[in-house]
Amino acid sequence: MSEENQTEEIDSAEGAVAVDATTATGEEGRRQIHDMWVAGTEERADIRQFTDEGAQELLPVEDETALDIQRGVVVDDDYEFEDARDEDELQIINMGPQHPSTHGVLRLHLELEGETIRRVKPIIGYLHTGMEKTGETLTWLQGPTNVTRMDYLSPFHNELAYSLAVEKLLNVEIPERAQAIRILMTELNRVSSHLLWVATQGMDIGAISMMIYGWRERELVLDFFEKVTGLRMNHNFIRPGGVAADLPDGWEDDIEALLVDVPAGVDEYHEILDENPIFLDRCQGIGVITPAECRAYGVTGAIARASGVDWDLRKAFPYSGIEKYEFDVPVGKHGDVLDRYHVRMAEIDQSLRIVKQILETMPAGDYRTEDRKVTPPPRKRIDESMEALIHHFKIFTSGYKVPAGEAWQSVESPRGELGVYIVSNGGAKPWRIHVRAPSFAHVQALPAAMTDTLIADTISTLASMDPVLGDVDR
Amino acid sequence: MAEEEPTAEEVAEPGVDLEAEAPPRALPDEETLATIVEPHQSASWVVADDEWVVSVDAADYHSLVEAAMESGFDTFIDLCAVDYFRRQPRFEVVLTLLDYTTPMRLRVRAGVDGAEPQLSTVSDLFAGANFYEREAYDLLGIDFVGHPDLTRILLPDEWEGHPLRKDYAVGSVPIQFKESHKAQ
Amino acid sequence: MAGEVQPPGILLGTLEKGINWARTRSMWGATFGLACCAIEMMGTGAAHNDLGRFGMEVFRASPRQADLMIVAGRVSQKMAPVLRQVYDQMSEPKWVISMGACASSGGMFNNYALVQGVDQIVPVDIYVPGCPPGPQSLMHGILTLHEKIMDGEIRRPVIQIGN
Ligand code: SF4
Repeated sequence: MSEENQTEEIDSAEGAVAVDATTATGEEGRRQIHDMWVAGTEERADIRQFTDEGAQELLPVEDETALDIQRGVVVDDDYEFEDARDEDELQIINMGPQHPSTHGVLRLHLELEGETIRRVKPIIGYLHTGMEKTGETLTWLQGPTNVTRMDYLSPFHNELAYSLAVEKLLNVEIPERAQAIRILMTELNRVSSHLLWVATQGMDIGAISMMIYGWRERELVLDFFEKVTGLRMNHNFIRPGGVAADLPDGWEDDIEALLVDVPAGVDEYHEILDENPIFLDRCQGIGVITPAECRAYGVTGAIARASGVDWDLRKAFPYSGIEKYEFDVPVGKHGDVLDRYHVRMAEIDQSLRIVKQILETMPAGDYRTEDRKVTPPPRKRIDESMEALIHHFKIFTSGYKVPAGEAWQSVESPRGELGVYIVSNGGAKPWRIHVRAPSFAHVQALPAAMTDTLIADTISTLASMDPVLGDVDR
Repeated sequence: MAEEEPTAEEVAEPGVDLEAEAPPRALPDEETLATIVEPHQSASWVVADDEWVVSVDAADYHSLVEAAMESGFDTFIDLCAVDYFRRQPRFEVVLTLLDYTTPMRLRVRAGVDGAEPQLSTVSDLFAGANFYEREAYDLLGIDFVGHPDLTRILLPDEWEGHPLRKDYAVGSVPIQFKESHKAQ
Repeated sequence: MAGEVQPPGILLGTLEKGINWARTRSMWGATFGLACCAIEMMGTGAAHNDLGRFGMEVFRASPRQADLMIVAGRVSQKMAPVLRQVYDQMSEPKWVISMGACASSGGMFNNYALVQGVDQIVPVDIYVPGCPPGPQSLMHGILTLHEKIMDGEIRRPVIQIGN
């Protein structure tokens, strides 16, 4: 829609806030433009019935139609509605599984009426790797190798959730330093994941330069990962009992450099995107999910927070000592793509804040538990003692046994609640590993966000959900 | 320019609220649990790691989940199935719900018979259960009665068998370079 | 002389070199990102590593405009027919790089769901090892492919796979 059109329509609508987008500037301008989408237009006969629960929290506007427009229930397009829908006018479009903007191998069945999406069906499974089955054939120690490859943008979170679940069954104490290293790595991982998100979101809606900028900062974080773990992705670093190795010498300097470079980059993104009219047009009021839908579909993480759900597992069910650090949970209001962008950008800042605190307070001590059952003997002892050698050999070949039972552990991954449900029968291998993948729930919620919106917004909505297909299909 | 200056309420705050505080933590409230569990004969419960674990028979499963939903556990988190193989009942469907006002988790474990794995669907209560039940059907072959679209989700439609069952082989193929080594 | 392969003459030989050189300088990739490796493939194209140096910064979404398919990631049984179809849609000359342990051999996932090596579906020119291969490895793979093209003939022998 052109800008004149917008202004005209707003003017004609009763009780609407009339703002001229072209003259509004700065932060205020952003707000005003954001509101414009909310303002009402003439009533449409065909309004899909929707639960109104949570709508008032979503936006302090009384106008029902305005809310509907904002939630994407009514689409403000120039397509003429006919009361009796003709089957012939429905057009089915298949998007994916090999499509540049589906972030992997997601396939969407879109049923279109004109340019409006009437029904969406996500079809998944194109990356089904059978990891849950493979997990049953690996020992407890080998487990992180497997789970780290599920959500490949946040490998540390996968490892952490798995390790915490195993530790729950084993009942071992983790030294403070190991916990701090875990939090350090997972929070940095959140930063790298969100940086990739903003890069791809930008690229998908046409800001190609974002792709280059986003990767620039992400590489800095990955360099640190490589230095610590030896790999840029799929680290297998966090293991039951602690972490694989201590931080390398001079890690403080690297973190200090990161704490300067990454925020500088993030500021640049704000400069590029925050007031960019194209970016705003393609994000405001697009792909809205209500809090009620979040609850029903199990949508968590940044997406739920952008909808106004004040929910962060790090606050509600703290893990690995994260309650010691001070951070805020950014919460959005409108639940649209733009709010997701703001929430994620604020989360980068908050994660860096945690990283800074860890840098200042990193406790001394061991990086893995003393418990000999799960921890192989140190390298030096192997040279000296036969028992240590046998012990080392035993742990790495047959593995240790974990008491029978079941455990659920979830962590706040960059995408949302990443849960691991483990069943042990007392053996050296898990009986069942199930991973509750946040992206799986988010892909499922796509129809709720997309139905009755324009086809041009598909990409924006999809990208804002940040699905990782490895996580969806496992 | 604007004909009328928008009032403070009309202009929404910028998206991010850094001042937001997490909800306070509460201990398990046994009264609520009793209202969920007591009407159901087969249900029993334990508390594990600040989490309620309720075990229930297949027959009572749906009404128990409904009761849980009505008493505040209205966020769907997870549903998965486990194959315990030589045990009766062979399968178990594990449902995790969340009440994020308290915050509190509830895990419902429903035993499902091995010969005819059937369980009533909860996708009428939680829209989110839809995909998870399809996944459990696909990988473990549990038939969710009343599910609107119980088809394979991860594997191709024409696949035979349910891979996560314990009597389904991992399906690994012999690694080729070893074979060719031997042949020489 | 039937059956014997004729060495190209001076004129054709030089032409062949020229054409091969041209092919290596602007080899457009088809995006076939599947899993973790795809992220590293994107990383290779992004700022730090800059595939643009080799004339490859454009990844084509349409297989018909692409010369090189980088299979980055694990290929599932469900994806295999799609992959083959995309390969068939690419116009000759075309090359395939199998990136990562999963695409080359199934990697650590030797189970029911994965195709144990993408070479069972499409002919592969270069295998890049690693899990995931870093951008440097992928670039090395690409440069090796360039060498291979420079040394090879213009026409590519038709390879039948399967039966
Ligand atoms: S080779 Fe490794 S990084 Fe690449 S797709 Fe396979 S598991 Fe992922």
